[in-house]
Parts: sequence; structure tokens; C-alpha cells
Amino acid sequence: MIIRTSNVNLYYHTFQALKHIDLAIKENLITGIIGPSGCGKSTLLRVFNRMNDLIDGVRITGSVVIDDEDIYSPFCDLTMLRKKVGMVFQRPNAFPLSIFDNVAYGPRVWGITDKKTLTEIVERSLAGVDLFGGLKDKLHHSALSLSSEQQQRLCIARLLAVEPEILLMDEPCSALDPIATGKIEELMFDLKKTYTIVIVTHNMQQAARIADDVGFMLLGELIEFDKARKIFTNPADERTFGYISGRFG
Amino acid sequence: MKDKIAENILLLIAFSAILSLLLITFFIFQQGIPLIFKTGLHNFFSISWSPTKGGFGILSMIIGSLMVTAGALVVGIPFGLACAVFLAEFSSPTIQKTLKPIIELLAGIPSVVYGFIGIVILVPFIRETFGGPGFSVLAASIILGIMILPTIVSISYDSLLAVPNTYREGSYALGATKWQTVRMLLLHAARSGIVAGIILGMGRAIGETMAVIMIAGNALKIPGSLLDSVRTLTSTIALELGYAAGDHRAALFACGSILFIIIIILNIVAIRVTGRK
Repeated sequence: MIIRTSNVNLYYHTFQALKHIDLAIKENLITGIIGPSGCGKSTLLRVFNRMNDLIDGVRITGSVVIDDEDIYSPFCDLTMLRKKVGMVFQRPNAFPLSIFDNVAYGPRVWGITDKKTLTEIVERSLAGVDLFGGLKDKLHHSALSLSSEQQQRLCIARLLAVEPEILLMDEPCSALDPIATGKIEELMFDLKKTYTIVIVTHNMQQAARIADDVGFMLLGELIEFDKARKIFTNPADERTFGYISGRFG
Repeated sequence: MKDKIAENILLLIAFSAILSLLLITFFIFQQGIPLIFKTGLHNFFSISWSPTKGGFGILSMIIGSLMVTAGALVVGIPFGLACAVFLAEFSSPTIQKTLKPIIELLAGIPSVVYGFIGIVILVPFIRETFGGPGFSVLAASIILGIMILPTIVSISYDSLLAVPNTYREGSYALGATKWQTVRMLLLHAARSGIVAGIILGMGRAIGETMAVIMIAGNALKIPGSLLDSVRTLTSTIALELGYAAGDHRAALFACGSILFIIIIILNIVAIRVTGRK
């Protein structure tokens, strides 16, 4: 178990966005979190790298343990946590810098200044997302000149450059067309060999295609968490069945 | 029908504003440029300014203007940027709402008041601490640096606020601290706005007259140090126009033309920099 939560509750001011979340995410698997909009799935994802800390008025109770460390303890090093637990956002957020500087951003944050080391990291990370071949002569072009799919790949490469263990993906394909989505999904299969992936998606077919484990959330509760095949063929809870059969959502 | 009339009246008013700009431009150049050719470029850009005896070299004043402007930037950029970064990234909304209008209020203080404060406080302080007459490049730079703060702060602040939050999140998600995010990402992302703010501040500094006359000393020579007195293009025009006649008067318009050209260039650069993205 690489991530384990017990009885996590999260409040925005007085609104309770997450209710009694208990789940265990296994290493080197793709875990999908599905549910209708507003069910708290993105909020749950942002619990794992403490991105909710950036929002005013958020309060969280319960415990979240990653690699045997309680990440909400006062001794947790927030920057180390975020290095270990990387995040890909809904819309590609490539920085308005060159392609090289985008990928080198993380390593520079972590104090690497040696040009040769940086170049190696950039090349390795871009190769890891299958961008290096096409872009190796364009590393000093602006990242904003790339297509959405390439930008999303670049954002993943930027994460790989800081050598995380866990990749959190918040609807990473929602801004992409079906062909680009398919390519990013293939990339996730590759990445799963090295990394643990937690992906939030409102696209059930996507979860069915790529996830090993799936959690179904509704109104801030984790209704059911099981093997993807079990969830999609024989769910235990009738609300899960209602959602996957398209009765609501 | 009524709309049409209103439209035409507005058009006329808008056009008259542009027309007045064109007229001013035409008048200044028409009065000043012939003298430059009469004197010859070589003599015009020399250091001998003795307008009653036919010496129209404005080099020392150009250098004076550039020195106090550069000095103003040395003072204004670090303070202005630090202030904008603090307001935009490190302060609570309450502090932002209080401090931003106060800084913008600096722009509303008449320049003669800045000059007055300079004479009463800054000039004696410089004289007693560093020596020299006190009326100096240093004094003018410090006062001008304060005067351009509101321009630099508010434009830089606005362009920092315009940086999408997704960039900040992306940076924090890689483990960057707030300061690293500002230094490595936000200042780059907001660069065009910041540069535009600096250039517009530069335009203000080079065009400022009253405060500079009061504290720069106005001695007609190229300053050898920051503590020497200095005369700018604008001071020369303001100080001499009252009694100038003939070629002398034309020479002052020529100074105005040069200033005009410098400021137009600065504004074009500012517009270019903000437009490019």
C-alpha cells in the first residue's frame, strides 16, 4: 500500500466536501476515481499532495499515510511531499518558458544547476513521454507553441524530471481530442511500470480501459472501491450500478 | 437618428484630441528642427551651450537627463518590483486593498511638493553626509525614483495578477516554494508588463521638470560624480524660455523636439513589449 487514508473528512468553511474516506492505493497500479461532477474526486486527489492547502478555509481531519509517513503531520516536509507526489492538471499548464526550461524547472527548484546534468535529465524526461524524438531540435522554442497533447506530455515530462513515485492526474485528457486521449492513455500504461498513478476522470470508458482499481464517489463519499472489473461488471452498491449504467451522472 | 448625431459628435471630440496632439507635434518640430540644421548636427550635439552668443550644444543636458533618468530607474526598479511582488504574491487581500491605493496616491502629489521635500530634507542630508553642494544627480535620482514608483508598482502588480493561477499550482506541485515560484516563473510570465511599467516610468522621469529644477542644481556641465549638480533638457527649457528670443528660443524648441522623440521612442517600445506575447 503506497497511499492509505483513514476517515478523511474535508471541509470548505462549513461545507463538507469529503466524508469518511477510507481507501488504500497499491503500488504500480493505475487507480481510477470516478463519479459525477462535484462529487469531490478532484478534491480527494488534491489531498494526496496537499494542494488543498492553497485554498482558504479548507480544514481536513483524519490521516493520510504515504510511504509510511503521515503527510498531514506537522513534521511533514511539504516540498518533499510534492516532489514525491507529482500532479498533472486538467488543462495543460506548460509554463511560458522554453521547452527545455519547462522540463528543467523542477530539477532547478531542487538545486541542480549543472548544465550537463540538466540536459541529461531533460532528454531522459522528454524521451519518457515520447517527445524527445520530435522536439530535440526545438528545445529552445516556447512551450506554448506546442499542441495541447504535446503540452500535456510536456507537463508529464516536467514531473518525471523530479523523479516522483506517484503521479496524480486530474482529468488529464479532458482538454484533448479522442486520438490524443488514446495516446496519453498508452503513455500511462508505460508509466505504470515505474510509477503509481491515481487518475480522476469523469469518463467511465477511460477508467474501464486503463484502471486496475476503481473508486466510485458520490456527494463526498467513497461509495465503493474495488478491482475495475468488479466495479464495472458486478458492483456491490446499487448507486454504483446506477452510475455506471448511466441512470445518473 | 439620435444615435447618429451622438456618434458624430463623439467622433468630432475624439478627433479634436488627436488633432491637438498633431498640432503640438507639428509646432514643436516646426519651431525647433530648422535650428538643428542651421547649427549643424555636430555643433548641436556638442557641450558648448551659450545661447546668447550662438552656442547651441545640448550634449551636457542630454547626458544630464539620461543620468537622472538612469538614477531614477536604479532607485525605482528594485523598490517598485519588490513592492509589486509583495502586494501581488505575499500579502493578504486586506493589505492589498489598503496599500495599492496609497501607492497610487503617490502619483497624485504635485511635483513641486516632491521638489520642496527634496530641498528641505534630501539636499541638506546629502550635503552633510556625502559632501558637495547637495543639489545633485543623487538627489534628483532619489526623488525621481520615488515619483516613478506608482507607475512601476501598479503596472507590474497588474501583470503579476494576470498570470494564470494554473502556473502557480504547476510550480507548487513540483515542490517549489513561493519565492522560487516568483523568481523562476512569475517574473518571467509577467515580464512584458513589468518591462512596460519600467519604460513608462522612464518616460515620466525623463519628462519631469519642476522637481528636478528644484533639486538638481542646474549647473551647465557634464557631472563628474553623483554628487555634482546637473541640468536636464526639461530644466533648460523651463528656466530659459522666459527670456529667450530668436535662435535661443528656437534652440529651446529643438530641446523639446529631442525630448519628444525620446519619449515617443520609449512609448513605442512599451507598446511593442506589451503587445508581443
